[in-house]
Amino acid sequence: MKLTSYTRFSGCGAKLGPGVLEQALCGLAQPAYPELLADFSGSEDAGLFRLGPHQALVQTVDFFPPIVDDPYLFGRIAAANALSDLYAMGARPITALALVCHPLKALGMEPLKAMLAGGLAALTEAGCALLGGHSIEDPEPKLGYAVTGLVDPDRAWRNNTLEFGGKLILTKPIGTGLVNMALRAECASPAAQAAAETAMATLNRAAAEVLAGFRVQACTDVTGFGLAGHAAEMATGERCGLSLCMAQVPLLPEVQDYAAMGLIPEGTYRNREGRLKFLRGDLSPANLDLLFDPQTSGGLLAALPAAEAEAALAALHAAGVPAWIVGDTGGEAGLVRIT
Amino acid sequence: MSLICRTLDARGLPCPQPVILARKALAEGGFDTLEITVDDAASRENLLKFGAYAKCLVEAVEEGGLTRIRLTPQGLAPAPAQADACPLPEGSSGGGPVEVVLLSADGIGQGDPDLARLLMRGFLYTLTEAERVPRRLLLMNSGVKLAVEGSESLANLQKLEARGVEVLACGTCLEFFGLTSRLAVGGITNMYELAGHLMEGPTLSLG
Repeated sequence: MKLTSYTRFSGCGAKLGPGVLEQALCGLAQPAYPELLADFSGSEDAGLFRLGPHQALVQTVDFFPPIVDDPYLFGRIAAANALSDLYAMGARPITALALVCHPLKALGMEPLKAMLAGGLAALTEAGCALLGGHSIEDPEPKLGYAVTGLVDPDRAWRNNTLEFGGKLILTKPIGTGLVNMALRAECASPAAQAAAETAMATLNRAAAEVLAGFRVQACTDVTGFGLAGHAAEMATGERCGLSLCMAQVPLLPEVQDYAAMGLIPEGTYRNREGRLKFLRGDLSPANLDLLFDPQTSGGLLAALPAAEAEAALAALHAAGVPAWIVGDTGGEAGLVRIT
Repeated sequence: MSLICRTLDARGLPCPQPVILARKALAEGGFDTLEITVDDAASRENLLKFGAYAKCLVEAVEEGGLTRIRLTPQGLAPAPAQADACPLPEGSSGGGPVEVVLLSADGIGQGDPDLARLLMRGFLYTLTEAERVPRRLLLMNSGVKLAVEGSESLANLQKLEARGVEVLACGTCLEFFGLTSRLAVGGITNMYELAGHLMEGPTLSLG
């Protein structure tokens, strides 16, 4: 049984393009609740709702069709991906609800059990209690979680609060969309497959906990819009934009070959269409195919003062988190410069 | 001797199915040209990339929302009939047919700028009608102005791109003229790639 053969898109590549969402949400507003700190009108990783002077609820939901054929691994990845938005805000996950779409007749009970077991293992590793969920019969399998966390709203990391003179740290290599396409075309190397699976199944918990010891200016997680798409969201703040240095961006094995072969997810083209206008610099097709590759359960992208960046990098490595300095803050607000 | 053309219908198939089908067919062989029909932009882009990767001669024909992509594997001795059908242009016997055309200005030649621009527009129009098109069109210096919104050659460049010509504009040049966001056809490239393309085969330079 090939789980991924039941789906047209995979993982976060199934996300609607950024332009589509902006259009759909355009003109929608809700009352100005005094406790509401962040909702869909911004582009935060999760919503924020104040419970008390030093406590806010952080909520987010993410679900998608299978990106791997192993149902247990898919469950782990789905949970790690959902939790990632909480870690990107510096929040502590507390509870989760499962969203399940499953073709019971076609796939049977076993893969469903394995998926939920994988998801629960990742939630347990996060110290996040699974309260329940909802399941429907659907010809295309999908799994995900609505997750809730707690954070001190004054200390929550926002994604567009960049300041001049910072360094950008990325905690996972990019290219999961390309590896997934290569897997479907049966030409992914075992090394590329293993590296992508490890990256996707790894929680961003350790990365977030280490970064909490430093002065994080801004933070997001890299998912469906690709590294450049999420970098463009970071650059929307008032003070400055940022630059990414391609030579320093970590790549999963062989993804440049897969891109050259035309194994590029449709999501890459949608991301490019929506966000290319915010990019400047070296926009060669080779760079764009990597920068807009939709990531599933990608790493954290955090901005820190330059003086703290090396120490943070060392601390991340010491905690077993792979991490790279991939660029700098600065330049015109709203823009992402590629060098 | 007639040419054998194999056709594949990849309409409605998600990525990377069209590329998988094309790869399988190329591996099987038994044809001179493979024609794959697709109906979405991502599949078209991916097949154009795949064709170049597989070292095929790549042609794309747009037709009412559909794209027919023709891949002709290279490196095979051309059948005599084929050689007769596409004679090499006079005077280009030096290094085989031109693969790369470099346009380093928005006009052709020195002197009166109006005449130079007229000649460039005429050249690009003629190229859209020509039997043989280059594999790549590289735009440098003021040549990048040909590919931005409002350029009188824009439609011709788009036609060439639809025929499978890869149009690449120099990123540094676009930025110098402040035109990066107005690029309306083709991709942006850097000096590393440009130098690679200029050195890879017979090149025609105009500007």
